[in-house]
Amino acid sequence: MASLAPTFGRGAMTNNWVDIKNADLILMMGGNAAEAHPCGFKWVTEAKARNQARVIVVDPRFTRSAAVADYYVPIRSGSDIAFLGGVIHYLLSHDKIHLEYVKAYTDVSFIVREDFGFADGLFTGYDPEKRRYSKDTWMYELGSDGYVNTDPSLQHPRCVFNLMKQHYARYTPEVVSAITGSPKSDFLQTCEMIASTAGADRTMTILYALGWTQHSQGSQIIRAAAMVQLLLGNIGQPGGGMNALRGHSNIQGLTDLGLLSNMLPGYLTLPSEKEADYAGYIKKRTLLPLRPNQMSYWQNYPKFHVSLMKAWYGAKATADNHWGYDWLPKVDRVHDVLDVFEQMHQGKMTGYICQGFNPLASFPNKKKVGEALAKLKFLVVIDPLSTETSEFWRNHGQHNDVNPSRIQTEVFRLPSTCFAEEDGSLTNSARWIQWHWHGAAPPGEAKNDMEIMAGIFLRMRAAYEKEGGAVPEPILNLTWNHLIPDSPSAEELAREFSGRALTDVTDPKDPQQVLVKSGEQLDTFAHLRDDGSTAAGCWLFTGAWSSKGNLMARRDPADPSGLGISPGWAYTWPANRRLLYNRASADPSGKPWNERRKYLAWNGQKWTGPDVPDFKADSPPEDGMGPFIMNPEGVARFFAVDKMSEGPFPEHYEPVESPLSVNPLHPNSSMARFNPAARIFPGDLAQMATSKEFPYVGTTYRLSEHFHFWSKHARLNAVLQPEQFVEIGEELANEHGIRNGDRVKVSSKRGFIRAVAVVTKRIRALDVQNTKVHHIGIPIHFGFKGLTQPGFLSNTLTPYVGDANTQTPEFKTFLVNVEKDQ
Amino acid sequence: MSLQSLDIVSRSATTTPSPSVRTTLEIAKLIDVSSCIGCKACQTACMEWNDVQEEVGQNAGSFDNPKDLSDKSWTVMKFYEVEPAGKLEWLIRKDGCMHCTDPGCLKACPAPGAIVQYANGIVDFQSEHCIGCGYCVAGCPFDIPRISKQDSKAYKCTLCSDRVAVGMEPACVKSCPTGAISFGSKEDVRQHAEQRVTDLKSRGFQNAGLYDPQGVGGTHVMYVLQHADRPELVALPKDPAISPLVSVWKGLTKPLALLAIGAAALGSFFHYIKVGRNEAEKPEVTDKVET
Repeated sequence: MASLAPTFGRGAMTNNWVDIKNADLILMMGGNAAEAHPCGFKWVTEAKARNQARVIVVDPRFTRSAAVADYYVPIRSGSDIAFLGGVIHYLLSHDKIHLEYVKAYTDVSFIVREDFGFADGLFTGYDPEKRRYSKDTWMYELGSDGYVNTDPSLQHPRCVFNLMKQHYARYTPEVVSAITGSPKSDFLQTCEMIASTAGADRTMTILYALGWTQHSQGSQIIRAAAMVQLLLGNIGQPGGGMNALRGHSNIQGLTDLGLLSNMLPGYLTLPSEKEADYAGYIKKRTLLPLRPNQMSYWQNYPKFHVSLMKAWYGAKATADNHWGYDWLPKVDRVHDVLDVFEQMHQGKMTGYICQGFNPLASFPNKKKVGEALAKLKFLVVIDPLSTETSEFWRNHGQHNDVNPSRIQTEVFRLPSTCFAEEDGSLTNSARWIQWHWHGAAPPGEAKNDMEIMAGIFLRMRAAYEKEGGAVPEPILNLTWNHLIPDSPSAEELAREFSGRALTDVTDPKDPQQVLVKSGEQLDTFAHLRDDGSTAAGCWLFTGAWSSKGNLMARRDPADPSGLGISPGWAYTWPANRRLLYNRASADPSGKPWNERRKYLAWNGQKWTGPDVPDFKADSPPEDGMGPFIMNPEGVARFFAVDKMSEGPFPEHYEPVESPLSVNPLHPNSSMARFNPAARIFPGDLAQMATSKEFPYVGTTYRLSEHFHFWSKHARLNAVLQPEQFVEIGEELANEHGIRNGDRVKVSSKRGFIRAVAVVTKRIRALDVQNTKVHHIGIPIHFGFKGLTQPGFLSNTLTPYVGDANTQTPEFKTFLVNVEKDQ
Repeated sequence: MSLQSLDIVSRSATTTPSPSVRTTLEIAKLIDVSSCIGCKACQTACMEWNDVQEEVGQNAGSFDNPKDLSDKSWTVMKFYEVEPAGKLEWLIRKDGCMHCTDPGCLKACPAPGAIVQYANGIVDFQSEHCIGCGYCVAGCPFDIPRISKQDSKAYKCTLCSDRVAVGMEPACVKSCPTGAISFGSKEDVRQHAEQRVTDLKSRGFQNAGLYDPQGVGGTHVMYVLQHADRPELVALPKDPAISPLVSVWKGLTKPLALLAIGAAALGSFFHYIKVGRNEAEKPEVTDKVET
């Protein structure tokens, strides 16, 4: 999500699942929807049937998605930016772009500062000591009016269009093929198919998932693809978009509700430790337009922030105490999971509450994670299942070879309910917030997570009341208006995140006009105020539980337009809009680009269509407001300014563990071998291998038959995929004398696993820089708990490095060796 | 689909005429190999609906799990890596009973009423009548029935005759996320198959076609194949027919065998009169998975 927001303004799938059926071309790259999202995949089938859509799969493995695709192209894991940069170069050099769209709806005409530059694989401002950029130069040139200088003729050498052209000129088909291992003819065929969607007649959708995010340059891979879609004019169009298929049923909800260490709900951000002053905090986030007549929706930041604080602290949050600003933690740095386990590993943490996840299985370098957990005084595991993490201390033979007598961590297991045993909402990839009802009562002593958290909170509050302590206010002042304080209901929490009026909310244009009466649920975030008269726990979800009730519980599939909108099915953020940036489905004059897919049009007074306009509903086309209303520019960004950690344009870097010893684009620059800003801790760098020791590329992934590390506890799933295996290409297997069904040992610098070999034609050796690169495919789902055959955790092998923006671990590319197990 | 009559048109080892007053729609299931993503939702749905739970097995070097049909796995996905035109394809075929119009299993079966064919085309095993002889296995040109080690009876897909009888589609059809399995009257299903074949031809599969082999009188489970000229690519027989041995059994040896069965029955009767009944040991069923 750290790549879509810097490009378009919001970090979410731009279209929706059903909309895939409107596509003419479907590119699956960095994702394997048929296996990881089989139910959503039905819309791919639908597009093939309705539009004779063609499907391209680009993947190191010939997957189950490839099995039903029209065209498959192999690619070396982790070289996607080279591939996509090559596509950008192809589109620009063959004049296959939707020029009118690009000129009107993107930043191509914006002039970039003179001191911005790129040399030897590094952008300006790099500090090799800190492995971080100072991003001052990654900015536009501003005029005296405070607006960005532009050159609509695109002649200026420093306009974004020309900088982009220049940057990707190096990505020729020959260079792309030599880096990616994709045969040149396959690459060019793919470019040609993609180019067929430039313009108004045809659209392409891109479906991707963790195959792009789980790289040390994952966010930039996604940005490169977003740039391809912008060049083609495929954003804001039905059947187009950048469609991030999320890896968990509610992971979109997790980011929406701000469950990241530096976030607050609704993509508001926590202050940093340098921001002690409330006014400064607010000013920095209240983004003013960078071009005339733009909406720049974050101008409303204060309304969202104050409403959040009122939801949390009620009457205790006042204008005088800056709505409780001092009670918010001020972060020193990003405390992502890699950072937390690094701290734990250094012995700097006492306890850890592990709610609904299984870090021993899910995080890289299992040995390090196990060692870290062993340094804790206590570990609380809240989970419906008996997870590997909860038994990290127990000896499970070779699968978890630890000595319990030397581990003093006290482990508390709190059995919780699973999704089918509780009420609540789940937010899917398409931003649908869908209510669900429990289907069964929980077994035994299991309690739902809300009850468990309430129990912890109430005891902590009592302790603060009794004993005091440093900064007790955030705990003592928290509102807790629940009918049963020990057990808040999902309905209560949902009403709170949606929001209500605390006093009468009036129309700013006519103060006599009351829009919402005191105490009523709010229908829209347009009614939020920064004077303390409204409360909303997540402004983005406002309206989900409106004055009309729980809209998330709606189940009307009616789709009068036939475009897959179904406005009466559940509730979609923001404001029930089903397709983001939908203003861009019409041309600058307000006429739909394509009558066949008519979505939004200007009727002379307002914007009309089957969906809610993602736009100011009465802003006439001649005012020139851009469709990307969250960006202060009003347009989408090819040039990400300072929003990304490793540069405004995606550049190919090698994975941290790569079969190549140099970055072929920068053979003489060691700093540009892998992502110069990737998340790496000094102790882990020593655990990175070279291809001399570990010659093959390992890549981990999911299988249709299982869901992460849960479903191995379910009998039927265990039947369908009972035992750990690895996939090895025929050529490599022959070299090692490995036959199908043999047991093999796969090792990395961090450990080894044993598994059954599935010898396959579906992974083939790739020619990269005139050497052969072999991949070994490693499914993740197995472990030493559950009903599947006891096995190793695949993350024994993976490296402890992460993306520079999201810190997502590089599970998709690392170095391994393989041998026949004796 | 409306309610289906469960009139039986054919019954193993039976000479009584079948009922013929009611008319019933001939049904069919279509499996479109070109739309199948091998997710195995159908396998799960089959086990769930039919209350059979396979053991947790082992990986034998492929995605086929369980690796073959069994008394508890009435359908399994079979994965084939093939290069028919020099280009790799991964064909995924849902294996299971074809519900032949001319069922070899039923013809071969010596136990009266152990195998029946309904008017709608479904071939069903009535396990309580099954004597576990395994003749159905020999009679099947598709290698479908499996004899259970637990109760020595033959099992296979019922095409969810219980669901179909009340107007529902088979469980596998309901669970399929991509519509690769469809169900309806044989005529409607054929029309759908034609559309699929046209689409596949537009995508370069010149020999795409419907698999509805006439050697067994056509089937009530049909496939859309990318390479209908080479069904062996997905391990389907090109011209399936009932084994000639079954005809020999039916025509020549059956009276002799029936005589032998009669003699055996007589022998048992005298055994019972003289010795009393045999006490069978109850088979021990353990669930090794739950620990």
